Amino acid sequence: MADQAKNDTVSPAENRSTPILQKEVASQISPTPLPRKPKQDRPPDQDPGIWRMSRRSLLSVAGWMGFLGFIVVSTVGALRYMFPRVLFEPPTKFKAGFPQDFVIGEVSEKYKDEKRVWIVRQRDGFYALISICTHLGCTPRWLPGDDKFKCPCHGSGFYRSGVNFEGPAPRPLERASIALADDGQIEIDRSIKYLYEKNEWGRPGSFLPFIG
Amino acid sequence: MALMEKFKKSEFYKSIFRHSYQDTQRNRALQIVDNVFLHLHPVRVPRHATNIGFTWGMGGITFLLFLVLTITGVILMFYYRPTAQFAYEDMKYLMNDVPFGPLMRNMHRWAAHAMVLTVMLHMFRVFLTGSYKPPRQFNWMVGVILLVLTLLLSFSGYLLPWDQLAIWAVTVGTNMARATPLLGHEGPFGPELGMRINNDVRFVLLGGTEVGPPTLLRFYVGHCIFLPLIAAIFMAVHFWRVRKDGGISGPESRKNF
Repeated sequence: MADQAKNDTVSPAENRSTPILQKEVASQISPTPLPRKPKQDRPPDQDPGIWRMSRRSLLSVAGWMGFLGFIVVSTVGALRYMFPRVLFEPPTKFKAGFPQDFVIGEVSEKYKDEKRVWIVRQRDGFYALISICTHLGCTPRWLPGDDKFKCPCHGSGFYRSGVNFEGPAPRPLERASIALADDGQIEIDRSIKYLYEKNEWGRPGSFLPFIG
Repeated sequence: MALMEKFKKSEFYKSIFRHSYQDTQRNRALQIVDNVFLHLHPVRVPRHATNIGFTWGMGGITFLLFLVLTITGVILMFYYRPTAQFAYEDMKYLMNDVPFGPLMRNMHRWAAHAMVLTVMLHMFRVFLTGSYKPPRQFNWMVGVILLVLTLLLSFSGYLLPWDQLAIWAVTVGTNMARATPLLGHEGPFGPELGMRINNDVRFVLLGGTEVGPPTLLRFYVGHCIFLPLIAAIFMAVHFWRVRKDGGISGPESRKNF
């Protein structure tokens, strides 16, 4: 294309592969090619000056940049649109009543439906198990008679401690952060988790020492 | 009769039906080419292409099921509201009190199950007959995309009854997205890239950190608009490509029969 544009002697009609008839007509109109006027969108030969590209190329690039910019910004905007700012979900941190409300040796299912947490009271304190099966995320059931958690989906079983012993679950249940709030109530934060396989069950926060 | 003959000679009739009923090769070809619906068919069908034993008709059956699903799906949309408050009740309403509601919903459900099956059988047939070989490699890839879209349609539709089975099945299904490499908060290199439970790929899918009302709405829109649209586009490419690759594949010796 650039070579063709530089060839000043060729008239536009001859430039293309047009039928002979049109060529003849064109040659009749301008039998001898006129001297070409200097074009504004093209720098003089051998002197590009500040113009590194023709006006046409510049506008073309600008147009495409604008189009691509629009597409990119729209895509990013559309992606951001899919991430809601506000979630209408229960808060992860909640107060679960006073320690005296729980019976020693019992697994409390009081907060299972609403918060998906079991609160287990032992002789020496509390721990909170998140009631999400570590296999595929169903809610297991606490079976007091068998002294185990049993998942209805695929049959995973967990001891009272949360350690898995049967079924497809690959790791123990997760424990949530448990502490005493200033007003003396138990405070549980589900967003802070302690994993057995990472040796986190001994950490403060995974267990609430309490005797009384 | 004379009136009919006159009508057939009118410009109105001729502008719609652009050829006569004469049973000639040319007319038969024109009947196909001049009709927007029939032009999807090849003008000439090779003899082997009508052999049910060769094709099993599975591709066509799959497309038929897609049409059934589209029509019954639109019909179901007249009664179904995709909100946590109404979805389950509307499903029950459809099944118990809407005239022909059970028929429409059961057709939709069974056709959906059948479509997954026929897509797989179609793929199996294409594999057995070697129809994925050149020049049909590209269409095999389009077919794989269509298989994935079929499974996604099936999965997203599974949530819409909004009963316990649906919610937990989708909970289980979407929990796998946690382990997505790079994009899941429990997947390889996910946490390193700043993925948390409230900003990873599963979060976008669910519209939250757990399966809830936003999930129902997202799956509904995906199931009714986004996925069928994408599937229709790929189906158009798929069918067009069958024609471009020389029609339904057949035994080499009889290809140009």
